[in-house]
Amino acid sequence: MTSYAIRRILLIIPVVWGALTLLFVLFFVVPGDPVELIAGAGGSRAVAPAVRANIEAKYGLDKPILEQYVTYIANTAQGDLGNSYATSRTVNDILRDTLKASARLAIWGIIIEVVVGIAAGLISAVRQYSLIDKLTTVGTAVPVFVLGYLFQNQFGIFPNQHGWPQWARLPVQGIGPDSWAFFFIPTGAQWRYLVLPAVVLASVSTALVARMTRATMLEVNRADYMRTARAKGLRESEVVLRHGLRNAMIPVVTLIGLDLASLIGSAILTETVFNWPGMGSTIATAIGRRDAPVVLGLTLVLVVLYVVINLLVDLSYAFFDPRVRYGKEAAR
Amino acid sequence: MTPSAGDGPAAQHASMSTDASDLSMATSEPTSFWADVWRRFKRNRLAMVGLGLIVLIVLLAVFAEVITKYNPGTIDPIHKRESPSLKHWFGTDQLGRDMFSRVIFGARVSLRVGIFATAIATVIGVVLGSLAGYYGGWIDGLIMRITDIFLAFPYILAALAIIAVIGTGERTVILVLGLLGWLAIARVLRSTILQIKETEYIDAARALGCSDFRIITRHILPNAIQPVIVYATLFTGSAVLSEAALSFLGVGIQDPTPAWGLMVARGKNFLSVSPHLLFFPGAAIFLMVMAFVFVGDGLRDALDPRLK
Amino acid sequence: MEPILTVRDLRMGFDTEDGFVQAVDGVSFDVYPGEVFSIVGESGSGKSVTALTLLGLHETPPARIQGGEVLWKGRDLLAMSESDLRKVRGREIAMIFQDPMTSLNPVHTIGRQIGEMARIHEGLNKKEARTRAVEMLDLVGIPNAAQRVDSYPHEFSGGMRQRAMIAMAMSCRPGLLIADEPTTALDVTVQAQVLEVLLDLKDQVDSSIMLITHDLGVVAGLADRVMVMYAGRQAELGTVDEIFYRTRHPYSLGLMASLPRLDDVHRTPLLPIEGQPPSLIRKPSGCAFHPRCRFARLPEPCATDEPSLRLVDGDAHQAACHFAEELESSTLAHPREGRG
Repeated sequence: MTSYAIRRILLIIPVVWGALTLLFVLFFVVPGDPVELIAGAGGSRAVAPAVRANIEAKYGLDKPILEQYVTYIANTAQGDLGNSYATSRTVNDILRDTLKASARLAIWGIIIEVVVGIAAGLISAVRQYSLIDKLTTVGTAVPVFVLGYLFQNQFGIFPNQHGWPQWARLPVQGIGPDSWAFFFIPTGAQWRYLVLPAVVLASVSTALVARMTRATMLEVNRADYMRTARAKGLRESEVVLRHGLRNAMIPVVTLIGLDLASLIGSAILTETVFNWPGMGSTIATAIGRRDAPVVLGLTLVLVVLYVVINLLVDLSYAFFDPRVRYGKEAAR
Repeated sequence: MTPSAGDGPAAQHASMSTDASDLSMATSEPTSFWADVWRRFKRNRLAMVGLGLIVLIVLLAVFAEVITKYNPGTIDPIHKRESPSLKHWFGTDQLGRDMFSRVIFGARVSLRVGIFATAIATVIGVVLGSLAGYYGGWIDGLIMRITDIFLAFPYILAALAIIAVIGTGERTVILVLGLLGWLAIARVLRSTILQIKETEYIDAARALGCSDFRIITRHILPNAIQPVIVYATLFTGSAVLSEAALSFLGVGIQDPTPAWGLMVARGKNFLSVSPHLLFFPGAAIFLMVMAFVFVGDGLRDALDPRLK
Repeated sequence: MEPILTVRDLRMGFDTEDGFVQAVDGVSFDVYPGEVFSIVGESGSGKSVTALTLLGLHETPPARIQGGEVLWKGRDLLAMSESDLRKVRGREIAMIFQDPMTSLNPVHTIGRQIGEMARIHEGLNKKEARTRAVEMLDLVGIPNAAQRVDSYPHEFSGGMRQRAMIAMAMSCRPGLLIADEPTTALDVTVQAQVLEVLLDLKDQVDSSIMLITHDLGVVAGLADRVMVMYAGRQAELGTVDEIFYRTRHPYSLGLMASLPRLDDVHRTPLLPIEGQPPSLIRKPSGCAFHPRCRFARLPEPCATDEPSLRLVDGDAHQAACHFAEELESSTLAHPREGRG
């Protein structure tokens, strides 16, 4: 078990390095002129040669590609992600701010996804309540960004236009006062700004988790050991919770882990729709502006986070499934 | 070479408690496997609704020129942002173009992206997945490492990065979605094949002297393909969704081609005054994806009814 | 002696999209204290379904109990409330199943699953329950019980798992143990061990066993009385000697005749039973076995009148065949040398 864990942890290094190289190649080897971007020129106005030389020297753009690559890797390893082309801030600064905003939103998204998703799945499995089932099927098809605007309209714009009382309206843009306790608990009016983006972010994932929970609970319910538990004289609630849930959680946890990728994608869209200043919206705008260091730096951090979290999810199987713990690696 | 008999697949089948489906098996007339699947699929109302929707959308897209008299590209600034009326069923957009025709022509784009991206992903995924699953060894290791590295990237992010660099447009979108989609298909197929490989009818085929190619194509694939079919259907819906998201972010289909995601992106600026600019294309995306989800689920239930 | 379990005219089935499956079609029998009562039949005969019905373990729907009574020590299990029935399950009537790998929860230790019985039925705490679990594992012959008690099911071999199931079932000393095909999923050598454990525990705990199986060899070795089922109905009911040596139903006769025998010097060919098991939705008219029966007199009475279970030999041997008495002199009856 530990050798498996160590192997997985060591695997992170080549994966991250591969990712970094891939991104670098995409951005630097492909045609496009970052100098123009930095100078704010473009179109018909050419950049004056003196200005060009200046910029190139400052950003190391005059050196051969390979040297730029090595410098970049070296800097990154030391934690220096460079400077933004479009603004004068360092990428590290941008990272600090946006990471906080994204993390807060993501935490709440995941809380909603897990709590509401598993609860809804359990209810619809135990009660064979087909309404929730149909809702969740539909829920997986909802385009996140459309839902976002729908909510904006329903809870923000429409109430504003029709003079609803203040308490019934929700803000639709931005992060608001940015006031938090214990890092992620919203204080004061913060929750009003948090509600819509968090729900929208979690929407598709919640539907997926609910369906997965229901499906596995139903499958588990027909399992022989459930019949054994009933034959022993246990109450139905004991049978479901004590014997069924533990087994059902295994694939659900898998799903939550796999779903992280789509959560990141949803985050990019949700943050853009609600103007939430997180990593997602920042990357989106940076791509549009061809602000390579920002895109590279933030993407790298996201990739590392993603890999690490996946690893943690993988290792957590040992907690749920003793067959993994004691050496029998389940066939993937 | 089975370990204690309690573990093998034979025992697993024997342990299914005698239930109604076993007892009534003696009654149904023998039909082909796919006829049975279709029969079960037909009974699923949601799945049939989904199928009907898909057929409807395809028909609308194919016969678009006949259905609507407006050209989706005709600009008419005098009649911009008109609400839905008898003249313009879905109203007009910010440049005065008829929304209904734009939505229908947009269906063509979405269908093309969905179908072709899925086709690419499925072909590559099936080939690589079966090689990895059947031969194992270094082929398997290599393919798995590649998928690991690709999968380290969150899907949308990877698509964004690649497209933003290579260039936008329908073809790149299809290519990128297909190239990112084969990973999951290969994985699913590989693990299914691993399970099937251990069963006895494969041993029997080998003992008869079947070549590897024959075993793969005639014995393994027909069974292993089932979860792939389900996944491919669901992937089509997800490809449509992804294309919409990418167009929305500005890195997908570009103006003036009517594409639903793009229409949402333009329409959001007028959300407060002319919400129909956003909601018709939004609803279209939703309906198309939902249709594929229903059909995919219906297929899954029809292929393995016991999981219901 | 009074029977501890009395089943009278039990009738139940399943609602399916193809029709109503009449799985148990008027079954009646008694089980006496301390005996091994075996229900024999092929797949689809209704033997497992009957057993599950006794403890109310079917999901209703699609199962539907149409009538009859199941008297356990005088009380009708079919008429009991769910909470009363729960007190009977495990405590007074316990059940073990065919595949111990899937019948045991893979994420809990063996000890915890065995101990669970004592905890819910006798109110023992965790420590006491663990002690009981070790005791029971010892009783069924698991070596190193004190260490193995903390193992998980996948760490046991098939035979050991089944023994653990038996330990679990017997831990509250039930009056009746229902064993549904307990050895079918095991290797032959392991089968013998598990059956020995079953017999041994039956005496120690002083309970009866209802053994459900399709394996006549197991029946010959273990059972006191036997009931043969076919298409949800009873074909024959009697002591094991009566069933094996004085067979009075064509179906049972067919079962015996299709068994290969080590003492068969004349090398007589095996006689299979022709035909297929019948559909339980549309059973054959009259006697359910008539389409496959060598002795059937058609059309009357075999295809028109359903034979009822009646006394045909001795004072307790019953069979459901119009011509049961004629089988006494049938040339197909093989003499047997003695029980194994």
